Formats: sequence, structure tokens, C-alpha cells
Amino acid sequence: MKYRAVLRPLATSCRYRSVVRVRGQSKRWASDTWSAGPAQKAGSDSVHFPGALKSKFTSKMRFQNPAEETAMPTYRIMDADGNIVDNTRDPQSASDTEIIQWYRNMLTVSIMDLIMFDAQRQGRTSFYMVSAGEEGIAVGSASALTPDDVCFLQYREQGVLVQRGFTLKEMMSQLFSNKDDHGKGRNMPVHYGSGKLNVHTVSSPLATQIPQASGAAYALKMQRLINPNVPPRIVACYFGEGAASEGDFHAALNIAATKSCPVVFVCRNNGFAISTSSIEQYKGDGIASRGLGYGIDTIRVDGNDIFAVRAVMLEARKRALEGDCKPVLVEAMSYRVSHHSTSDDSFAYRAKREVEEWKRRDNPITRLRKWMEKKGIWDEDKEKEARASIRKQVLQEFSAAEKVKKPPLRAMFEDVYEEITPEAREQMKELKRLVEKYPKEYSSVSQYEGGIKTLE
Amino acid sequence: MFACRRSSTLLRTLKPAARQLRHASQASSTAELNKPIDFKKTAILHQSQSSARSAFGLSQDAPVDWVNLHGAINGSLHHALKTDENVLLFGEDVAFGGVFRCSKGLSDEFGTSRVFNTPLSEQGIVGFAIGCAAEGMKPIAEIQFADYVYPAFDQLVNEAAKFRYREGGTGGHCGGLVVRMPCGSVGHGALYHSQSPESLFTHIPGLRVVMPRSPSQAKGLLTASILNSRDPVIFMEPKVLYRAAEEFVPRDPYTLPLDKAEVLKTGKDLTVVSYGQPLYLCSAAIEALEREIKGLSIELVDLRAIYPWDRATIMGSVNKTGRAVVVHESMYNAGVGAEVAASIQEGAFLRLEAPVARVTGWSTHPGLVFEKFNIPDITRIYDAMKRTLEF
Repeated sequence: MKYRAVLRPLATSCRYRSVVRVRGQSKRWASDTWSAGPAQKAGSDSVHFPGALKSKFTSKMRFQNPAEETAMPTYRIMDADGNIVDNTRDPQSASDTEIIQWYRNMLTVSIMDLIMFDAQRQGRTSFYMVSAGEEGIAVGSASALTPDDVCFLQYREQGVLVQRGFTLKEMMSQLFSNKDDHGKGRNMPVHYGSGKLNVHTVSSPLATQIPQASGAAYALKMQRLINPNVPPRIVACYFGEGAASEGDFHAALNIAATKSCPVVFVCRNNGFAISTSSIEQYKGDGIASRGLGYGIDTIRVDGNDIFAVRAVMLEARKRALEGDCKPVLVEAMSYRVSHHSTSDDSFAYRAKREVEEWKRRDNPITRLRKWMEKKGIWDEDKEKEARASIRKQVLQEFSAAEKVKKPPLRAMFEDVYEEITPEAREQMKELKRLVEKYPKEYSSVSQYEGGIKTLE
Repeated sequence: MFACRRSSTLLRTLKPAARQLRHASQASSTAELNKPIDFKKTAILHQSQSSARSAFGLSQDAPVDWVNLHGAINGSLHHALKTDENVLLFGEDVAFGGVFRCSKGLSDEFGTSRVFNTPLSEQGIVGFAIGCAAEGMKPIAEIQFADYVYPAFDQLVNEAAKFRYREGGTGGHCGGLVVRMPCGSVGHGALYHSQSPESLFTHIPGLRVVMPRSPSQAKGLLTASILNSRDPVIFMEPKVLYRAAEEFVPRDPYTLPLDKAEVLKTGKDLTVVSYGQPLYLCSAAIEALEREIKGLSIELVDLRAIYPWDRATIMGSVNKTGRAVVVHESMYNAGVGAEVAASIQEGAFLRLEAPVARVTGWSTHPGLVFEKFNIPDITRIYDAMKRTLEF
């Protein structure tokens, strides 16, 4: 606990009498969210404590018990068999072509998952994380965004990238850390990013992107204040329910609310953070129940229902930009069908049968497929063709990316600062000397674009 | 920690001057070295208009103002907000002017959408600022005391510092970010209002760490950090100087380089390297020793940029003098002094005539009543310089 007043006498010395004057001009003390509560009147039924302006008095002592509250409902448009249950809205809000594209995008993520998981098992890449069971959240929410909107991802949102136009070549370049990787081979696999698509590069520390998303959203809002011709944009920020336990989640939602930032927080609640089940992660009603505490519009949605995710995201985006802007929290429920990553064997902490049941019972891909088949825009032949062609494309890009050279060694030293520092230049020279002196020890240098010359 | 005594070639050539008598006005104190810094007389500050003008290469009619450190910072923030509408200023309690008055009047002039209070959460402040910078703004985030920067350590080390590197070819970066924080001892700040965590940040590639010594330095360095730097800057402000350090400062905006040390006083026998508040103590200690030993001349260098730092200037100086003392407030082990001393032995080995001495805070915490025994004072700097010269 900080004792923040201790040095105030320093700040308010005799030389600086301005503080006294400042007090006279009461507005100086006011922040934009500050409001002066009138003194409490006799017989008033409400409290005018500045900390809770609308609280009424009560003579009944009642502790509010979360267990007595009904859990927040989960919104869905389509049931597990692909039947529409919410007839009040057009589930599509998109053309058949677009819906088929979403489906293909989900399939792409799913097929790439299988191939890359095996590739890692064969030691051809160092690491991979699949998103089985969560393709609907990623593709559905991304379909509601405009290309100008800015995305911050955690790491299990490959579908967002595919939906926004990230190519298989770009994905494979990242996964194989070759010279075409936007990240210049510096990040672990699955840490994608794209300047063109307004997706910030994934970083491993969990939840750090959440307050950054709040700040980015504030920047977008300010840019529109400076120049009203800039189109309205939001930030979409993704994270898992485990990451929501980090302090950064708290910091982010609180500051987004107090500074009215146009950001949509999308929590993927898939029941597990590696081996930790949600029952060990939190005691309240999921992540959604917390949104209200921060004064944030919140909804829980069925993450296996791509129509529901999309509809919720469209509405969230609209609300985020209304008036002075505001944040929105979406908790998308799903189940992590896969292992956490290639470094994890999830059957060490959960029953295989449970996973199989989830796989069989519900899945965003099969659910949309059922709907498309009922509508008559999809069939077994189309399914076979789609799977075969996507698989072929993935494998093509896979073997192409594997053959491309690694980024130049110089890239190891670049971008630490805008300019390479004199200190780093000396170290580049020293590394070059070592590689030249001991060529047998560093023979892999030929795999790097430009070889040793790039250290000059 | 300190080298053992050895007959000195240097002192044999220099005749110690007769000890000067102290003025009667100072007799009430027994201290002969550890006297309070007289900021109205110290050579560190521009006491005259002409001194400020010539230091900045200005004409003799250029306007200069007598300002203190928080006034200079306020002036720099004002200039930045006025010059570039992408500049934002926020943190805990900055809207009413800040607990040290650095943001006085800025919220009124530039509006609460550009100068505003945040909730009380350091990780939130820095994370928010990184996001603002990532979308092209120039956020200036204030951490109320450097002692409270640790909740934001993850955001600074894993995020701000690595942002450009991991984005790589996407072109993304958070280079517009400046994180200001008051630091250092203040007389009665104890454990959590006294710390100098700069060496924790100098171990992080990707961050610039800067500490000004005076109002004129603060103005130039902060303006450069906000408007010119495309790298994230940790801007540390010695809070004990906020009101104490006053000098003539050029009125017109200017910038100072963020990677250059400055030789404050030239000399030939010893190099003293420091930054921030201890420079005043170094200056006083040098004055005392030079008065004592006739013909002795000591070079005083202000690092200014603590990382990336100006090795060339330090090596140039030590290769000339052959002796070095490094002074800082923060703890001895793995402090900035360790890096500077190690670099000196690499870069000036054949010229060194004595081990590089380090005068630093002891390896303990800043306990309230122990402050004047803990951090470097004039006596300790004087003693270290003398022993280095006598080695």
C-alpha cells in the first residue's frame, strides 16, 4: 500500500504557492469523470458518498451472495444440430458465399492444426498450438470486424488471421521462421502478426495485450477527435479465461471503462488453462460476471455457434463506437478439444472420454456444416473437395516454406532500437570474427540469407 | 571494495596545499566536507545568463529564464503537447498538476482528453501507454515514484522493450513511449520513496534510460525523448532536485542527444563519472580536493544517458587521466558502476594507474533514519578520489 501523501509538503513548498491558488479554482481539481455530489440532505433515501453515487439506504442487512444469483445466460442462434433457435434475426447477415468462406476458413485452421501438430512431432518445427474447438470464435468474431479495426491476439486465434486474409504462405513462413516471416524468425511458432492486416504480433506473456488494447483503442478514439474524416475503428482484444486471472486483465478493463475506450474484449473460455480447470481458476460466474463490476456492457455467447458469435460481435462493435465510445466484454464459451500445445499431453489431467464426448457432441465446424447442408448449399462431395484442396494447399506451402532460407543474421541485432547501437555493432563484428575463425563450429551460417556478410 | 594503499607516483609530483581555514559562519557544523549543497553557487548549474547562453551556443541576447527542475519539465511537456497533437500525458494525479507540480496547468490548457488521471494501476498505465504508442500516439506515462514501477516491470521489459523487435517486418513499434518517474533519495523517503532502479532497466535491450542533472538538461532531454525518439524512453527525474536545482535555461525549445555523455569539467588526473543528483556531491568533493592539492585537476563527466551509454566519451576521458571513480546512489552490486568499471578495464587497461573505484549506496535498503550514512556523500566521494590518486 503506498503512502502517497508523504512527499506532498515538498511539492507544495513556500516557493510554490500555486497549490493554494489551484484549490480556489475548484475545476482544476476535476478530472473529466469527476462529479461534485451535493451534500446529503436530511431524510434522503440515497447516499451521496462520492464512491457510489446512486446507492440507496437500506435498513435490511443483506450480504449479496454470488451463489444466489442466476448464472449469466449463454446466447445462441443455432443449436448443436444446426437448427435456428433465435428466429428474431436473420442468422446469416451475410451471403451464402461469405458463409461458405467462413466454413472454409475454419476448415483451413483445423486442417493446418493436424498437419502442423504432426510436423512438430516429427521435429520439423519447434512448437505449435492448435485451436480445435475454437475456430468458430475466431472466424465468427473476425467476420464482424472491418479491415481497419485493430486486433490484439493471445495465440489461439489463427482463425482471426485467416479470416482477415493472412495467407497460408505467411503462416508457414512464420511457423518455419524463414526469411519471409514478418517476425524475422525471432518469435516462437504461432506468434503471428501483420501490419497490413492490423494485427499486432502475438507475444507469449499472457494478458499483457489487454491493457495495450485499451490504450490502442484510446488512440483510435483520439485520432478521430483530431481528424473526424478518419473512419470509426475499434480494437478487438482476445484472451483466454486463464489469462483473465492476470492483473493486466483487471487494469485493462478498469482503464478502458474509465477512459471510454472503443475496445471489444473477447474472452475465449474453453475450460482449461493448460492443466488448470476453470473451477481452480475462479469462483465467480465465469469472466462475464466481472464485466458488470467494471461498468462494462457484457454478454456471454455460445462459442460453437458462429452465427451467435458474429451477431454479438457486430452489436458489440456498434456499441463500442456509440456516443463517447465504450468498452464491451464478450465471453465466448467453448471447450479446448486439443492439447494445450505440442509440449502438453492433456490426458495427464483430464479423461480422454470427456474430450471425445465434446468432439462428438458439439463443434463449431460440424454445427455450421449441418446448417449449410440443411440449407442445401453444402454436401458430402463439396466437403471432400474442400478438405482435399485445402490439405493440398497447406502441404504445398509447408514444403515450400521449409526450403526457404532463414532470415539474415543481421536481423538478430536489428530492431532492438530504431538504429543499431554502437555497442551492438561491435558485437556484430565480434560474432563475424568468431564465425570466420571457427567455420566448422558455425557451418549452419550458410542457411541464413546472405551468410556471414550481413553482419558487416 | 577499495584498493589498498600504495605509494603514489602522482602525489609525489603534487604538493598538498596548506589546509584552508573554514569560515566562521560554518563553524556551527563540524562538517568540513559534508556541507549542504549550495545550489546558488554550484558549478553544475548555470548561475548566470551568459553561462546558459554560451553552453547552448546562443547569442548574447537570446532569452533565458530562471527555472527549477519541475518548472523545466513542465515547460518541456507544454512544448511537446503544443507541438504535436499526438502527445498525451497521463498517470496517477497528473490532471491537477501532479504531486510534484510537473504537469501544472496542462490539463486546463490541453483538455482532459490529452492530460488525464488514470486508475491507480502501474501495469495498467504502462500497458495503456504501450497500446497508445503502438497506434502512433506519443504517450507520456507518469509513474508517481520510481519505487512503484515494479508492477509495470513486465510491461516495460517484455512488452515495451521487445515490441519493435518482435514485430520485425510488420513495422510495428511503441517508439513514441516515454515513461517518466521521480527517483532517488529525498532526505526522508525511506524504503518506497527513495529508490533508483535504473540498473534494472539498463539490463534490458530496447529501452533508453535517461536521467537529467539539472533544469536545462531536463528540458532538452525530455523534449528529445518525447518528440524525437523513436525508441521507448525511461525518463528518471531526481526528485530532490525538483525545487532545489534552479538555473538559467534557454526559453526557446531545444533538444539534447539521448546517447551522449557530457564532460562537465575537464581535468587531467582523474575521471569522475556520475549522473543525476550525485553530480552535485562530486562537484563539491572535487572542489575540496583540488583546493587541498595544488595543481590537481579532476574531470567530471555526466553520463546523462545511462543506457545505451556513451562509452566513447568515458574511454576518451579515462585514457587521458588513467584513473576513474564512478558514483551513483543505487546499490553497489550490478549497479551502473559495475558496467562502467568493467568497460573501463576493457577500454583503458594499459592506461589505468589505479583500480576503478565505485562509490554507491551500500548493499541494503533505504532505511528512513539511515539515509545520510547509506548513499554517497561528499566525504565518501572525496575519500575514493583521494585513495584512487594515492594508489
